[in-house]
Amino acid sequence: MKEVVKCECGHVNPHGTILCESCGRVLDETQKNSKMIDMRYEGSARRSQTYNKSMIDKIWNFFTSVKVGVSLIVILLIASSVGTIFPQEQYIPPTELPEVFYEAEYGFLGKLYYLLGFHNLYSSWWYLICIAMLGTSLLIASIDRVVPLYRSLKKQKIARHEGFLKKQRIFGITNTDKQASDFEEIKRSLESRRYKVKEENGNLLAEKGRFSRWGPYVNHAGLIIFLIGGMLRFLPGMYVDEVLWLREGETKEIPGTEGQYALKNNQFKVEVYDKENEEDQTFNAAIDKVGTIVKNYQADVTLYEKEGNSLPGEDATLKKIKDHAVKVNFPLKHDHYALYQVDYKLDELSEMSFNLMNKSTKETFGTMTISLDDPKTMYELKDGYSVELMSYFPDFEFDENQEPVTKSRIPNNPAFIFNMKTPDKPKGEVSFVAIQQTLEPLGENTYKMAFAGVDTRNVTALTVRKDLTLWIFFVGGGIFMIGVIQGAYWNHRRIWIQRKDGEIWLAGHTNKNWHGLKRDISMILEGTNLNEPEDQLEAKHIGEKEK
Amino acid sequence: MDKKQRRLIMRTSILVLLGAALVFSLYANFTKDKVAAVQKGDTARDFVLTDMDGNRHKLSDYKGQGVFLNFWGTWCKPCEYEMPFMDNQYQKYKDQGVQILAVNVGESDYSVKKFAEKHQLTFPIMIDNNNQVQTAYKVDPLPVTFLIDKDGRIVDTLTGSLSEESIQKHMERIKP
Repeated sequence: MKEVVKCECGHVNPHGTILCESCGRVLDETQKNSKMIDMRYEGSARRSQTYNKSMIDKIWNFFTSVKVGVSLIVILLIASSVGTIFPQEQYIPPTELPEVFYEAEYGFLGKLYYLLGFHNLYSSWWYLICIAMLGTSLLIASIDRVVPLYRSLKKQKIARHEGFLKKQRIFGITNTDKQASDFEEIKRSLESRRYKVKEENGNLLAEKGRFSRWGPYVNHAGLIIFLIGGMLRFLPGMYVDEVLWLREGETKEIPGTEGQYALKNNQFKVEVYDKENEEDQTFNAAIDKVGTIVKNYQADVTLYEKEGNSLPGEDATLKKIKDHAVKVNFPLKHDHYALYQVDYKLDELSEMSFNLMNKSTKETFGTMTISLDDPKTMYELKDGYSVELMSYFPDFEFDENQEPVTKSRIPNNPAFIFNMKTPDKPKGEVSFVAIQQTLEPLGENTYKMAFAGVDTRNVTALTVRKDLTLWIFFVGGGIFMIGVIQGAYWNHRRIWIQRKDGEIWLAGHTNKNWHGLKRDISMILEGTNLNEPEDQLEAKHIGEKEK
Repeated sequence: MDKKQRRLIMRTSILVLLGAALVFSLYANFTKDKVAAVQKGDTARDFVLTDMDGNRHKLSDYKGQGVFLNFWGTWCKPCEYEMPFMDNQYQKYKDQGVQILAVNVGESDYSVKKFAEKHQLTFPIMIDNNNQVQTAYKVDPLPVTFLIDKDGRIVDTLTGSLSEESIQKHMERIKP
């Protein structure tokens, strides 16, 4: 196989070249007899077309194919849309098992969905491989085209070969005796239309908007930067997305900060629009219509930084950094971290109070307050009266043996077993007390624990977010858009004009918007003796129709 | 260097680069849940907690001994199930250089004390009040046990409740 092709004009082209890079002579035998030439990539030799020998070249050539690229896009498009039919695994209720959930909720299709792995599509190995292959295809196909295209546009000569001109879509010949004056006129007019005009031996090349040819490659570069951004999220420290539940009064380490920061929840509140409030009067109609409307979700927090190298479990010295009111869309930001208000729970029980009371006389013998986080074993009341806490169930239920147990450590439904010790019952009386429920398992009691009130607190949930990759996505997206605009709003137009023994030859080419090119040409030719060139493609269509 | 050779080198390096990016992404994706978790072979992160009798336990003080590090909660049935077995094995192995540390995930002193009394537990029990140790060990769900060898390395991570027999086997694994 020949590695190079030498053109009659003397220029040496790489193997696979269709049109000579320099003069535009048709080099490919199969194109010689066609009426028009294929101007894609300037008829340059795409790198992949040159030879096909080693394994590397074969892989390379696979990825240069537009067909492969388009197939990958289609596969990814279909897969991505299928992935949105049912919720992804991370969005199903956390208590549900995926193998059960999909079938129970969506029947056979759900089961299939789960079995084929669509419940975790966007991080499945084959999806990632497809994305990576698309990235490879974008990069390699671009390299394969942009390099030779750049070469041939740079090397193009002003005087092109006859065959090249004749086989352009826009082409015309005029017989004229006023060649010189017309020529100058055309030149001026081209320049006034912002064409770059080059002249050589009475031949003209007018060119405009070449940079629009790089649009697709700029666009691909943007996409590749975008993919790199996605990849960098996997690097430790680049991306954090965690949730922190924090009760009022609680201080906890902020997850994802490797123990560096801690947060205290001073207060969480939900405010609603109030008809009584002057400021909110505007919303009266809406309030009447729908009732309660929330105005603000707000967590007043204090951010601390850990000082020194204390171990987990040790009481660390916390240095206060700042107070902040975290509201929806107004996160607490510090050191690349952002804390967003995302969820809440109101009125979680924190304390319960009881009075020890004689059931018949209703006389009370003191009040005891039980902290639900930290209950005590003994509560001393008035002289001679005390209550022993025998058992505590923060989230009480009866198990299968009718034994009281707790479902969790959160005081959602607290229950207690008390032993009430009084002067007349020194051994005590046992009472089981839950919300709205009192049992006396060991027989009728004289005393009871009368409910005397609760104290509650609110819980806030904050999303902890850190994203050092975001700017890469913006840069990639920006470059992508620049490429799109570059390729879409500008066209690469070229007009060749040559003087040949009393004739003027004119040929034109554009990468898109032929109508615009034709209008340019007709304006340029106004006031000259030149005929308007013919659109050979249109002529061909009309010719075919007439047949 | 001739043109063809240069082209081959160019192509090979681009393909290798892209291949490396793919391998990295796949690897990172499949280990992202495990990166979060504590892995076998890692050095166990040191911590300090005080047990119910007021004794300080620093993990690194147990270098030279195996440590059976268990995270549990009083409401958690599978945790409760394995506790008596752990206690039996503790009695057998404490003189052979295996220590049990049972870290409660931050409940009240009251609940933990009652639980320990009920099951007559003799190994050191400590409460991780502000969740720092759980966060360091990425504990979720309960129960979870880390087997730490005499060099302070994590030999294995066990989730779910363990039978007495398997606890004994695991004690053998970390016996110095």
